Amino acid sequence: MSTAVVVFPGTNCERDVVHALNSLGGDAEVVWHRETDLSAFNGVVLPGGFAHGDYLRTGAIARFSPVMVEVERMAAEGLPVLGICNGFQVLCEAGLLPGALIANRDLTFICRFVDLEVVDNQSILTRSAEVGQRIRIPLNSYEGNWVDPGKIGRIVLRYVDDPNGSQQGAAAVANDRGNVVGVMPHPERGVDEVLGSVDGRILLEGFLHSLVPA
Amino acid sequence: MRVTVEITRRPEIADPQGTTIQRALHDLGHNEVMSVRVDRVIHLEVDGDDPALVQRRVEEMCREVLANPILEDFSVEVTG
Repeated sequence: MSTAVVVFPGTNCERDVVHALNSLGGDAEVVWHRETDLSAFNGVVLPGGFAHGDYLRTGAIARFSPVMVEVERMAAEGLPVLGICNGFQVLCEAGLLPGALIANRDLTFICRFVDLEVVDNQSILTRSAEVGQRIRIPLNSYEGNWVDPGKIGRIVLRYVDDPNGSQQGAAAVANDRGNVVGVMPHPERGVDEVLGSVDGRILLEGFLHSLVPA
Repeated sequence: MRVTVEITRRPEIADPQGTTIQRALHDLGHNEVMSVRVDRVIHLEVDGDDPALVQRRVEEMCREVLANPILEDFSVEVTG
């Protein structure tokens, strides 16, 4: 069962995601954003970076990339769709997740480990973790401040220390069905002792366990 | 035709950039500044000669991509 890892112009975390998933037994490969057929894949990841230069708004141009038709199809079919950092922003712009991401409260680019708490484990990202479990992985973003005026988002991971002003401390948000998740910190950067954390494994293992035969 | 699009962040959505600029103005002694909001202006040149039609088309563009309805409102002015 394989995972497509989408590369938009300006995406820069795709190799980390492929490496992390494959090191956990997955079968992930990079696909270009102009791809129009993802029927060979059982799940998709939109990785971090600066898709289309983050011009206009983060994710605003990427949501119209040709591959997004397939991402929307997979989301509608209940297949696992995960957006990490910039990928989270793209999923919000595409309307696949509620809310939007704006500049961090203190206008700083935050690049450090953050502590997260699992508050909902009914999602493709958190299903292997326990509610209340603490997870420590790196945050690396300027626009990580999630706002959700309608308060309709389902928060699955919450920051313990509120680094960026995100509404209700949200670090990861799911759709109602739990198959589409956006996460602002980077689970793929916490899969090896040499990186300073292995806490990202349980999240990516949840994603891999969510893959079902096409 | 020349068109000016103003994208404004909804009042209920925080504007960290505006807040930071306000703080800087206060630091410089401009304490009379009560609020700062930073918005976006986009200038377009659109092929067409019917201002009403151009107005409608650009409003469609705003709803489709130029503004994010969760965060922002927009206004469109066709200036000829």
